[in-house]
Amino acid sequence: MEPIIQVENLVKKFGSFVANDHLSFSVGKGEIFGFLGANGAGKTTAMRILCGLSSPTSGKARVAGYDVYTQTEKIKRNIGYMSQKFSLYDDMTIAENFQFYGGIYGLSAKDIRTRTDELLGRLGLAGEKKRILKDIPLGWKQKLAFSVAVIHHPSIVFLDEPTGGVDPITRRQFWEMIYETAREGITVFVTTHYMDEAEYCQRVSIMVDGKIVALDTPANLKTTYGAATMEEVFLRLAR
Amino acid sequence: MPVSVKVEHLSRSYGKTLALDDVSFSVQQGELFGFIGPDGAGKTTLFRILTTLLLPGSGTARVEGLDVVKDFRKIRDILGYMPGRFSLYQDLTVEENLNFFAGIFNTTPEANYDLVKEIYSQIEPFKDRRAGKLSGGMKQKLALSCALIHKPKVLILDEPTTGVDAVSRLEFWEMLARLKKLGISILVSTPYMDEASRCDRVALIQGGKIMSIDTPANIIRSFNQPLWAVQSEDMYGLLAHLRQFEGARTVFLFGQYAHVTLKEKVASGELIAFLEMKGHGNILVQLTEPSIEDCFMELMK
Repeated sequence: MEPIIQVENLVKKFGSFVANDHLSFSVGKGEIFGFLGANGAGKTTAMRILCGLSSPTSGKARVAGYDVYTQTEKIKRNIGYMSQKFSLYDDMTIAENFQFYGGIYGLSAKDIRTRTDELLGRLGLAGEKKRILKDIPLGWKQKLAFSVAVIHHPSIVFLDEPTGGVDPITRRQFWEMIYETAREGITVFVTTHYMDEAEYCQRVSIMVDGKIVALDTPANLKTTYGAATMEEVFLRLAR
Repeated sequence: MPVSVKVEHLSRSYGKTLALDDVSFSVQQGELFGFIGPDGAGKTTLFRILTTLLLPGSGTARVEGLDVVKDFRKIRDILGYMPGRFSLYQDLTVEENLNFFAGIFNTTPEANYDLVKEIYSQIEPFKDRRAGKLSGGMKQKLALSCALIHKPKVLILDEPTTGVDAVSRLEFWEMLARLKKLGISILVSTPYMDEASRCDRVALIQGGKIMSIDTPANIIRSFNQPLWAVQSEDMYGLLAHLRQFEGARTVFLFGQYAHVTLKEKVASGELIAFLEMKGHGNILVQLTEPSIEDCFMELMK
Protein backbone atom coordinates (compact mmCIF):
# COMPACT_ATOMS: atom_id res chain seq x y z
CA MET A 1 0.00 0.00 0.00
CA GLU A 2 1.21 3.46 -0.92
CA PRO A 3 2.13 5.30 2.31
CA ILE A 4 0.43 8.62 3.03
CA ILE A 5 1.94 9.12 6.47
CA GLN A 6 5.55 8.15 7.09
CA VAL A 7 7.13 8.58 10.49
CA GLU A 8 10.70 7.64 11.35
CA ASN A 9 12.30 7.94 14.78
CA LEU A 10 10.11 10.86 15.68
CA VAL A 11 11.03 12.42 19.03
CA LYS A 12 9.28 15.27 20.81
CA LYS A 13 10.58 16.58 24.11
CA PHE A 14 9.12 19.19 26.41
CA GLY A 15 12.10 20.18 28.55
CA SER A 16 13.41 16.91 29.93
CA PHE A 17 10.09 15.12 29.39
CA VAL A 18 10.01 12.83 26.36
CA ALA A 19 6.42 12.88 25.06
CA ASN A 20 7.16 10.95 21.86
CA ASP A 21 10.05 8.53 22.08
CA HIS A 22 11.34 7.43 18.66
CA LEU A 23 8.03 6.73 16.95
CA SER A 24 8.23 4.89 13.63
CA PHE A 25 5.22 3.85 11.59
CA SER A 26 3.51 4.41 8.30
CA VAL A 27 -0.12 4.60 7.28
CA GLY A 28 -1.32 3.55 3.84
CA LYS A 29 -3.59 5.49 1.52
CA GLY A 30 -7.24 4.76 2.28
CA GLU A 31 -6.39 2.91 5.46
CA ILE A 32 -8.36 3.18 8.72
CA PHE A 33 -5.62 3.50 11.31
CA GLY A 34 -6.44 3.37 15.03
CA PHE A 35 -4.06 5.36 17.22
CA LEU A 36 -4.61 4.08 20.74
CA GLY A 37 -2.99 4.73 24.08
CA ALA A 38 -3.65 5.61 27.68
CA ASN A 39 -4.25 9.25 28.72
CA GLY A 40 -0.92 11.01 28.71
CA ALA A 41 0.78 8.37 26.53
CA GLY A 42 1.65 11.00 23.91
CA LYS A 43 -1.11 10.57 21.31
CA THR A 44 -2.14 14.22 21.18
CA THR A 45 1.47 15.37 20.90
CA ALA A 46 2.06 13.06 17.91
CA MET A 47 -1.21 14.02 16.32
CA ARG A 48 -0.41 17.73 16.62
CA ILE A 49 2.89 17.15 14.84
CA LEU A 50 1.21 15.19 12.05
CA CYS A 51 -1.34 18.01 11.63
CA GLY A 52 1.44 20.57 11.22
CA LEU A 53 0.68 22.32 14.50
CA SER A 54 3.89 21.46 16.31
CA SER A 55 7.46 20.63 15.26
CA PRO A 56 9.28 17.46 16.29
CA THR A 57 12.48 17.67 18.33
CA SER A 58 14.11 15.16 16.00
CA GLY A 59 13.28 12.44 13.51
CA LYS A 60 11.44 12.47 10.21
CA ALA A 61 7.78 12.65 9.32
CA ARG A 62 5.94 13.25 6.07
CA VAL A 63 2.19 13.70 5.79
CA ALA A 64 0.49 13.59 2.39
CA GLY A 65 3.97 13.93 0.88
CA TYR A 66 4.87 17.06 2.87
CA ASP A 67 7.50 17.57 5.51
CA VAL A 68 6.34 18.32 9.07
CA TYR A 69 9.25 20.75 9.64
CA THR A 70 9.09 22.89 6.54
CA GLN A 71 5.75 22.38 4.80
CA THR A 72 3.18 22.67 7.59
CA GLU A 73 0.90 25.02 5.64
CA LYS A 74 0.70 22.50 2.80
CA ILE A 75 -0.08 19.76 5.32
CA LYS A 76 -2.93 21.79 6.78
CA ARG A 77 -4.51 22.22 3.35
CA ASN A 78 -4.45 18.49 2.74
CA ILE A 79 -5.88 17.20 5.97
CA GLY A 80 -9.18 17.37 7.80
CA TYR A 81 -9.52 17.39 11.58
CA MET A 82 -12.34 16.65 13.94
CA SER A 83 -12.49 16.13 17.68
CA GLN A 84 -15.21 15.58 20.21
CA LYS A 85 -14.54 19.01 21.65
CA PHE A 86 -14.17 20.85 18.39
CA SER A 87 -17.68 21.69 17.37
CA LEU A 88 -19.38 23.63 14.65
CA TYR A 89 -20.83 27.08 15.24
CA ASP A 90 -24.03 26.68 17.23
CA ASP A 91 -25.55 29.98 16.15
CA MET A 92 -25.14 29.39 12.42
CA THR A 93 -27.26 27.15 10.18
CA ILE A 94 -25.97 23.87 8.79
CA ALA A 95 -25.45 25.47 5.36
CA GLU A 96 -23.57 28.42 6.88
CA ASN A 97 -21.24 26.10 8.75
CA PHE A 98 -20.41 24.25 5.53
CA GLN A 99 -19.95 27.56 3.71
CA PHE A 100 -17.65 28.86 6.43
CA TYR A 101 -15.36 25.83 6.56
CA GLY A 102 -15.46 25.36 2.80
CA GLY A 103 -14.38 28.99 2.50
CA ILE A 104 -11.51 28.52 4.92
CA TYR A 105 -10.24 25.66 2.79
CA GLY A 106 -10.48 27.87 -0.30
CA LEU A 107 -13.30 26.07 -2.08
CA SER A 108 -15.26 28.10 -4.65
CA ALA A 109 -18.88 29.02 -3.89
CA LYS A 110 -20.01 26.52 -6.52
CA ASP A 111 -17.87 23.71 -5.09
CA ILE A 112 -19.18 24.42 -1.61
CA ARG A 113 -22.77 24.16 -2.83
CA THR A 114 -22.21 20.87 -4.66
CA ARG A 115 -20.24 19.37 -1.83
CA THR A 116 -22.76 20.51 0.81
CA ASP A 117 -25.60 18.90 -1.12
CA GLU A 118 -23.62 15.72 -1.64
CA LEU A 119 -22.61 15.36 2.01
CA LEU A 120 -25.99 16.32 3.44
CA GLY A 121 -27.71 14.00 0.96
CA ARG A 122 -25.65 11.13 2.29
CA LEU A 123 -26.73 11.95 5.85
CA GLY A 124 -30.35 12.22 4.80
CA LEU A 125 -30.32 15.85 5.94
CA ALA A 126 -30.77 17.57 2.58
CA GLY A 127 -33.96 19.27 3.75
CA GLU A 128 -32.41 20.57 6.99
CA LYS A 129 -29.88 22.99 5.52
CA LYS A 130 -31.46 26.07 7.04
CA ARG A 131 -31.73 24.74 10.58
CA ILE A 132 -29.69 26.46 13.27
CA LEU A 133 -27.12 24.09 14.66
CA LYS A 134 -28.06 24.50 18.29
CA ASP A 135 -31.49 22.98 17.62
CA ILE A 136 -29.96 19.81 16.22
CA PRO A 137 -29.52 16.58 18.23
CA LEU A 138 -25.97 15.82 19.35
CA GLY A 139 -25.67 12.64 17.30
CA TRP A 140 -26.38 14.56 14.09
CA LYS A 141 -23.89 17.25 15.06
CA GLN A 142 -21.08 14.72 15.29
CA LYS A 143 -21.92 13.41 11.84
CA LEU A 144 -22.11 16.97 10.46
CA ALA A 145 -18.75 17.81 12.05
CA PHE A 146 -17.27 14.80 10.29
CA SER A 147 -18.76 15.87 6.95
CA VAL A 148 -17.30 19.35 7.40
CA ALA A 149 -13.89 17.81 8.14
CA VAL A 150 -13.90 16.15 4.70
CA ILE A 151 -15.59 18.97 2.75
CA HIS A 152 -12.33 19.78 0.90
CA HIS A 153 -11.55 16.15 -0.07
CA PRO A 154 -8.50 15.93 2.18
CA SER A 155 -5.97 13.10 1.75
CA ILE A 156 -6.23 12.30 5.44
CA VAL A 157 -8.80 12.99 8.10
CA PHE A 158 -7.70 13.03 11.75
CA LEU A 159 -10.44 12.09 14.21
CA ASP A 160 -9.69 12.68 17.90
CA GLU A 161 -12.18 10.70 20.00
CA PRO A 162 -14.98 11.47 17.56
CA THR A 163 -17.60 9.28 19.25
CA GLY A 164 -17.21 10.23 22.93
CA GLY A 165 -20.59 10.37 24.67
CA VAL A 166 -22.53 9.56 21.50
CA ASP A 167 -25.43 7.08 21.75
CA PRO A 168 -24.68 3.50 20.66
CA ILE A 169 -26.71 3.60 17.46
CA THR A 170 -25.23 6.91 16.27
CA ARG A 171 -21.76 5.66 17.20
CA ARG A 172 -22.21 2.77 14.78
CA GLN A 173 -23.61 4.99 12.04
CA PHE A 174 -20.57 7.17 12.53
CA TRP A 175 -18.26 4.22 11.91
CA GLU A 176 -20.12 3.35 8.76
CA MET A 177 -19.40 6.91 7.57
CA ILE A 178 -15.75 6.28 8.35
CA TYR A 179 -15.80 3.10 6.26
CA GLU A 180 -17.41 4.94 3.34
CA THR A 181 -14.82 7.71 3.55
CA ALA A 182 -11.96 5.22 3.52
CA ARG A 183 -13.41 3.47 0.48
CA GLU A 184 -13.25 6.81 -1.35
CA GLY A 185 -9.51 6.80 -0.72
CA ILE A 186 -9.42 9.21 2.21
CA THR A 187 -7.12 7.91 4.93
CA VAL A 188 -8.65 7.85 8.41
CA PHE A 189 -6.44 8.35 11.45
CA VAL A 190 -8.55 7.89 14.57
CA THR A 191 -8.19 7.81 18.36
CA THR A 192 -10.79 6.32 20.67
CA HIS A 193 -11.32 5.01 24.18
CA TYR A 194 -13.98 2.56 23.00
CA MET A 195 -12.11 -0.68 22.55
CA ASP A 196 -14.81 -2.23 20.34
CA GLU A 197 -14.02 0.57 17.89
CA ALA A 198 -10.42 -0.58 17.77
CA GLU A 199 -11.78 -3.70 16.08
CA TYR A 200 -13.15 -1.58 13.23
CA CYS A 201 -9.68 -0.30 12.31
CA GLN A 202 -7.54 -2.05 9.73
CA ARG A 203 -4.43 -1.56 11.83
CA VAL A 204 -3.96 -0.31 15.34
CA SER A 205 -1.00 1.12 17.20
CA ILE A 206 -0.88 1.23 20.99
CA MET A 207 1.22 3.86 22.76
CA VAL A 208 2.50 3.55 26.31
CA ASP A 209 4.67 6.23 27.94
CA GLY A 210 5.60 7.92 24.67
CA LYS A 211 6.50 4.70 22.80
CA ILE A 212 4.57 2.59 20.33
CA VAL A 213 4.55 -0.82 22.01
CA ALA A 214 2.36 -2.65 19.50
CA LEU A 215 1.30 -2.11 15.90
CA ASP A 216 -0.63 -4.63 13.84
CA THR A 217 -4.07 -5.66 12.65
CA PRO A 218 -6.57 -6.24 15.48
CA ALA A 219 -6.68 -9.95 14.57
CA ASN A 220 -2.90 -10.34 14.79
CA LEU A 221 -2.69 -8.37 18.03
CA LYS A 222 -5.27 -10.64 19.62
CA THR A 223 -3.33 -13.73 18.49
CA THR A 224 0.00 -12.32 19.65
CA TYR A 225 -1.30 -11.51 23.12
CA GLY A 226 -3.61 -14.52 23.39
CA ALA A 227 -6.55 -12.20 24.00
CA ALA A 228 -10.21 -12.53 23.02
CA THR A 229 -10.82 -8.81 22.58
CA MET A 230 -8.89 -5.62 21.87
CA GLU A 231 -9.84 -4.46 25.36
CA GLU A 232 -7.81 -7.34 26.79
CA VAL A 233 -4.87 -6.53 24.51
CA PHE A 234 -5.00 -2.90 25.60
CA LEU A 235 -5.23 -3.66 29.31
CA ARG A 236 -2.35 -6.09 29.08
CA LEU A 237 -0.07 -3.56 27.38
CA ALA A 238 -1.12 -0.37 29.12
CA ARG A 239 -1.59 -1.55 32.67
CA MET B 1 -32.71 -2.27 53.05
CA PRO B 2 -33.43 1.40 53.83
CA VAL B 3 -33.92 3.77 50.93
CA SER B 4 -31.20 6.34 50.33
CA VAL B 5 -32.53 8.25 47.31
CA LYS B 6 -36.15 8.30 46.21
CA VAL B 7 -37.31 10.10 43.08
CA GLU B 8 -40.95 10.25 42.00
CA HIS B 9 -42.32 11.59 38.73
CA LEU B 10 -39.50 14.05 38.34
CA SER B 11 -39.58 16.31 35.26
CA ARG B 12 -37.54 19.31 34.26
CA SER B 13 -37.54 21.46 31.13
CA TYR B 14 -35.17 24.08 29.75
CA GLY B 15 -37.40 26.31 27.66
CA LYS B 16 -39.09 23.96 25.21
CA THR B 17 -36.62 21.14 25.77
CA LEU B 18 -37.84 18.45 28.13
CA ALA B 19 -34.60 17.29 29.75
CA LEU B 20 -36.19 14.93 32.30
CA ASP B 21 -39.50 13.31 31.54
CA ASP B 22 -41.39 11.74 34.46
CA VAL B 23 -38.46 9.92 36.04
CA SER B 24 -39.01 7.66 39.07
CA PHE B 25 -36.56 5.34 40.83
CA SER B 26 -35.11 4.60 44.23
CA VAL B 27 -31.60 3.72 45.38
CA GLN B 28 -30.94 1.61 48.50
CA GLN B 29 -28.39 2.56 51.12
CA GLY B 30 -25.01 1.17 50.19
CA GLU B 31 -26.06 0.45 46.61
CA LEU B 32 -23.87 1.21 43.60
CA PHE B 33 -26.42 2.52 41.12
CA GLY B 34 -25.52 3.42 37.54
CA PHE B 35 -27.20 5.76 35.06
CA ILE B 36 -26.19 4.59 31.62
CA GLY B 37 -26.91 6.79 28.64
CA PRO B 38 -25.41 9.04 25.97
CA ASP B 39 -24.85 12.81 26.15
CA GLY B 40 -28.13 14.68 26.30
CA ALA B 41 -29.96 11.80 28.01
CA GLY B 42 -30.69 13.92 31.11
CA LYS B 43 -28.11 12.42 33.48
CA THR B 44 -26.54 15.73 34.52
CA THR B 45 -29.93 17.44 34.96
CA LEU B 46 -31.00 14.63 37.27
CA PHE B 47 -27.77 14.84 39.29
CA ARG B 48 -27.99 18.63 39.57
CA ILE B 49 -31.48 18.30 41.02
CA LEU B 50 -30.35 15.62 43.50
CA THR B 51 -27.40 17.77 44.56
CA THR B 52 -29.80 20.74 45.10
CA LEU B 53 -28.13 22.85 42.43
CA LEU B 54 -31.20 22.93 40.20
CA LEU B 55 -34.89 23.03 41.06
CA PRO B 56 -37.18 20.29 39.78
CA GLY B 57 -39.86 21.30 37.28
CA SER B 58 -42.34 18.91 38.84
CA GLY B 59 -42.22 15.76 40.94
CA THR B 60 -40.26 15.08 44.11
CA ALA B 61 -36.80 13.87 45.05
CA ARG B 62 -35.58 12.92 48.52
CA VAL B 63 -32.04 12.12 49.64
CA GLU B 64 -31.79 10.23 52.94
CA GLY B 65 -35.35 11.33 53.66
CA LEU B 66 -34.61 15.00 53.00
CA ASP B 67 -36.45 16.96 50.31
CA VAL B 68 -34.21 18.49 47.62
CA VAL B 69 -36.13 21.79 47.71
CA LYS B 70 -37.08 22.31 51.35
CA ASP B 71 -34.07 20.68 53.01
CA PHE B 72 -31.38 21.66 50.54
CA ARG B 73 -28.93 22.88 53.18
CA LYS B 74 -29.09 19.64 55.14
CA ILE B 75 -28.67 17.59 51.97
CA ARG B 76 -25.48 19.43 51.08
CA ASP B 77 -23.90 18.28 54.34
CA ILE B 78 -24.41 14.59 53.63
CA LEU B 79 -23.67 14.58 49.93
CA GLY B 80 -20.43 14.19 48.01
CA TYR B 81 -20.56 15.40 44.41
CA MET B 82 -18.07 15.08 41.60
CA PRO B 83 -19.32 17.08 38.61
CA GLY B 84 -18.53 16.08 35.04
CA ARG B 85 -16.17 19.00 34.57
CA PHE B 86 -13.10 19.24 36.79
CA SER B 87 -14.24 21.81 39.35
CA LEU B 88 -11.47 22.04 41.91
CA TYR B 89 -9.31 25.12 42.28
CA GLN B 90 -6.62 24.83 39.61
CA ASP B 91 -4.36 27.37 41.30
CA LEU B 92 -4.46 25.68 44.69
CA THR B 93 -2.16 22.74 45.34
CA VAL B 94 -3.40 19.20 45.83
CA GLU B 95 -3.11 19.54 49.59
CA GLU B 96 -4.71 23.00 49.68
CA ASN B 97 -7.72 21.74 47.74
CA LEU B 98 -8.24 18.90 50.19
CA ASN B 99 -7.88 21.23 53.19
CA PHE B 100 -10.27 23.70 51.61
CA PHE B 101 -13.03 21.18 50.97
CA ALA B 102 -12.64 19.68 54.43
CA GLY B 103 -12.77 23.22 55.86
CA ILE B 104 -16.03 24.24 54.22
CA PHE B 105 -17.64 21.15 55.73
CA ASN B 106 -16.23 22.04 59.17
CA THR B 107 -13.94 19.07 59.30
CA THR B 108 -10.28 18.32 58.69
CA PRO B 109 -8.55 15.92 56.31
CA GLU B 110 -7.18 14.10 59.37
CA ALA B 111 -10.66 13.43 60.80
CA ASN B 112 -11.76 11.30 57.85
CA TYR B 113 -8.38 10.35 56.47
CA ASP B 114 -9.10 6.60 56.63
CA LEU B 115 -11.89 7.09 54.08
CA VAL B 116 -9.73 8.78 51.44
CA LYS B 117 -6.39 7.23 52.37
CA GLU B 118 -6.34 4.61 49.65
CA ILE B 119 -7.12 7.12 46.91
CA TYR B 120 -5.29 10.14 48.28
CA SER B 121 -2.09 8.25 49.05
CA GLN B 122 -1.65 7.76 45.29
CA ILE B 123 -1.49 11.52 44.72
CA GLU B 124 0.11 12.50 48.02
CA PRO B 125 3.62 12.50 46.52
CA PHE B 126 2.39 15.45 44.41
CA LYS B 127 0.66 17.29 47.26
CA ASP B 128 2.54 20.52 46.56
CA ARG B 129 1.66 20.54 42.88
CA ARG B 130 -1.10 22.85 41.68
CA ALA B 131 -4.27 20.98 40.74
CA GLY B 132 -4.24 22.54 37.28
CA LYS B 133 -0.90 20.83 36.56
CA LEU B 134 -2.07 17.30 37.34
CA SER B 135 -2.68 14.62 34.70
CA GLY B 136 -6.26 13.57 33.97
CA GLY B 137 -6.09 10.47 36.13
CA MET B 138 -4.62 12.35 39.08
CA LYS B 139 -7.21 15.13 38.83
CA GLN B 140 -9.89 12.49 38.99
CA LYS B 141 -8.39 11.00 42.16
CA LEU B 142 -8.11 14.41 43.79
CA ALA B 143 -11.70 15.28 42.88
CA LEU B 144 -12.90 12.01 44.39
CA SER B 145 -10.85 12.63 47.55
CA CYS B 146 -12.37 16.11 47.90
CA ALA B 147 -15.90 14.74 47.36
CA LEU B 148 -15.32 12.19 50.14
CA ILE B 149 -13.46 14.24 52.73
CA HIS B 150 -16.57 15.14 54.77
CA LYS B 151 -17.64 11.49 54.92
CA PRO B 152 -20.85 11.81 52.89
CA LYS B 153 -23.67 9.27 53.11
CA VAL B 154 -24.36 9.61 49.41
CA LEU B 155 -21.82 10.05 46.63
CA ILE B 156 -22.91 11.40 43.25
CA LEU B 157 -20.46 11.08 40.38
CA ASP B 158 -21.28 12.62 37.01
CA GLU B 159 -19.45 10.77 34.24
CA PRO B 160 -16.22 10.24 36.18
CA THR B 161 -14.80 7.98 33.44
CA THR B 162 -15.64 10.00 30.32
CA GLY B 163 -12.58 10.56 28.16
CA VAL B 164 -10.55 8.35 30.46
CA ASP B 165 -8.55 5.44 29.05
CA ALA B 166 -9.55 1.81 29.59
CA VAL B 167 -6.91 1.19 32.28
CA SER B 168 -7.83 4.22 34.41
CA ARG B 169 -11.50 3.40 34.00
CA LEU B 170 -10.95 -0.07 35.39
CA GLU B 171 -9.03 1.32 38.36
CA PHE B 172 -11.73 3.90 39.04
CA TRP B 173 -14.45 1.25 39.22
CA GLU B 174 -12.30 -0.79 41.57
CA MET B 175 -12.11 2.26 43.86
CA LEU B 176 -15.91 2.63 43.76
CA ALA B 177 -16.37 -1.03 44.69
CA ARG B 178 -14.22 -0.44 47.81
CA LEU B 179 -16.20 2.68 48.79
CA LYS B 180 -19.45 0.79 48.41
CA LYS B 181 -18.23 -1.71 51.01
CA LEU B 182 -18.08 1.16 53.51
CA GLY B 183 -21.83 1.60 53.15
CA ILE B 184 -21.84 4.75 51.03
CA SER B 185 -24.66 4.95 48.49
CA ILE B 186 -23.17 5.73 45.11
CA LEU B 187 -24.98 7.16 42.09
CA VAL B 188 -22.78 7.25 39.03
CA SER B 189 -23.47 8.11 35.41
CA THR B 190 -21.56 6.92 32.37
CA PRO B 191 -21.90 6.83 28.60
CA TYR B 192 -19.85 3.59 28.50
CA MET B 193 -22.33 0.74 28.33
CA ASP B 194 -19.76 -1.88 29.30
CA GLU B 195 -19.42 -0.25 32.72
CA ALA B 196 -22.99 -1.27 33.60
CA SER B 197 -21.78 -4.67 34.80
CA ARG B 198 -19.87 -2.92 37.60
CA CYS B 199 -23.11 -1.64 39.17
CA ASP B 200 -25.61 -3.39 41.46
CA ARG B 201 -28.44 -1.93 39.44
CA VAL B 202 -28.61 0.38 36.45
CA ALA B 203 -31.10 2.72 34.85
CA LEU B 204 -30.81 2.92 31.07
CA ILE B 205 -31.61 6.53 30.20
CA GLN B 206 -32.21 8.20 26.85
CA GLY B 207 -34.00 11.40 25.83
CA GLY B 208 -34.91 12.28 29.44
CA LYS B 209 -36.65 8.97 30.05
CA ILE B 210 -35.62 5.89 31.96
CA MET B 211 -36.11 2.98 29.57
CA SER B 212 -35.31 0.22 32.04
CA ILE B 213 -34.16 -0.23 35.66
CA ASP B 214 -32.80 -3.53 36.89
CA THR B 215 -29.68 -5.50 37.71
CA PRO B 216 -27.38 -5.81 34.70
CA ALA B 217 -28.02 -9.57 34.63
CA ASN B 218 -31.80 -9.12 34.52
CA ILE B 219 -31.57 -6.49 31.79
CA ILE B 220 -29.55 -8.90 29.71
CA ARG B 221 -32.04 -11.68 30.46
CA SER B 222 -34.86 -9.46 29.19
CA PHE B 223 -33.34 -9.55 25.71
CA ASN B 224 -35.77 -12.27 24.79
CA GLN B 225 -34.65 -13.39 21.37
CA PRO B 226 -31.68 -15.13 19.83
CA LEU B 227 -28.79 -12.81 18.99
CA TRP B 228 -26.45 -13.88 16.20
CA ALA B 229 -22.84 -12.84 15.79
CA VAL B 230 -22.03 -12.76 12.09
CA GLN B 231 -18.66 -12.41 10.43
CA SER B 232 -17.18 -12.74 6.95
CA GLU B 233 -14.06 -11.68 5.10
CA ASP B 234 -15.60 -8.44 3.88
CA MET B 235 -17.15 -6.76 6.92
CA TYR B 236 -18.22 -3.57 5.13
CA GLY B 237 -19.97 -5.51 2.36
CA LEU B 238 -21.44 -7.81 5.00
CA LEU B 239 -23.26 -4.96 6.74
CA ALA B 240 -24.83 -3.78 3.49
CA HIS B 241 -25.91 -7.31 2.57
CA LEU B 242 -27.29 -8.06 6.04
CA ARG B 243 -29.50 -4.99 5.70
CA GLN B 244 -30.75 -6.28 2.34
CA PHE B 245 -31.67 -9.64 3.88
CA GLU B 246 -35.44 -9.62 4.32
CA GLY B 247 -35.35 -11.92 7.32
CA ALA B 248 -33.15 -9.55 9.35
CA ARG B 249 -34.82 -7.57 12.12
CA THR B 250 -31.85 -5.58 13.43
CA VAL B 251 -28.26 -5.30 12.22
CA PHE B 252 -25.55 -3.57 14.24
CA LEU B 253 -21.80 -3.48 13.94
CA PHE B 254 -20.30 -4.94 17.12
CA GLY B 255 -16.54 -5.07 17.41
CA GLN B 256 -15.31 -7.72 15.00
CA TYR B 257 -18.87 -9.02 14.39
CA ALA B 258 -22.22 -7.80 13.20
CA HIS B 259 -24.95 -8.51 15.76
CA VAL B 260 -28.15 -9.61 14.06
CA THR B 261 -31.63 -10.51 15.23
CA LEU B 262 -33.90 -12.33 12.80
CA LYS B 263 -37.61 -12.00 12.21
CA GLU B 264 -39.87 -14.71 13.59
CA LYS B 265 -39.64 -18.08 11.86
CA VAL B 266 -36.49 -17.12 9.97
CA ALA B 267 -33.77 -19.74 10.48
CA SER B 268 -30.08 -18.90 10.66
CA GLY B 269 -29.56 -21.32 7.76
CA GLU B 270 -31.47 -18.94 5.50
CA LEU B 271 -29.13 -16.12 6.51
CA ILE B 272 -26.06 -18.22 5.74
CA ALA B 273 -27.49 -19.25 2.35
CA PHE B 274 -28.20 -15.59 1.54
CA LEU B 275 -24.65 -14.51 2.42
CA GLU B 276 -23.17 -17.36 0.39
CA MET B 277 -25.28 -16.29 -2.56
CA LYS B 278 -23.88 -12.76 -2.15
CA GLY B 279 -20.40 -14.22 -2.48
CA HIS B 280 -19.10 -13.94 1.08
CA GLY B 281 -16.22 -16.18 2.12
CA ASN B 282 -15.44 -17.56 5.59
CA ILE B 283 -18.94 -16.91 6.87
CA LEU B 284 -19.43 -17.34 10.59
CA VAL B 285 -22.89 -17.24 12.14
CA GLN B 286 -23.13 -18.17 15.80
CA LEU B 287 -25.37 -17.49 18.77
CA THR B 288 -23.97 -14.92 21.17
CA GLU B 289 -24.78 -13.46 24.59
CA PRO B 290 -26.34 -10.00 24.37
CA SER B 291 -24.54 -7.18 26.17
CA ILE B 292 -26.06 -4.14 27.89
CA GLU B 293 -25.34 -2.21 24.71
CA ASP B 294 -27.44 -4.66 22.66
CA CYS B 295 -30.27 -4.19 25.18
CA PHE B 296 -29.90 -0.42 25.07
CA MET B 297 -30.16 -0.33 21.29
CA GLU B 298 -33.15 -2.68 21.40
CA LEU B 299 -34.89 -0.32 23.85
CA MET B 300 -34.03 2.74 21.73
CA LYS B 301 -36.00 1.40 18.78
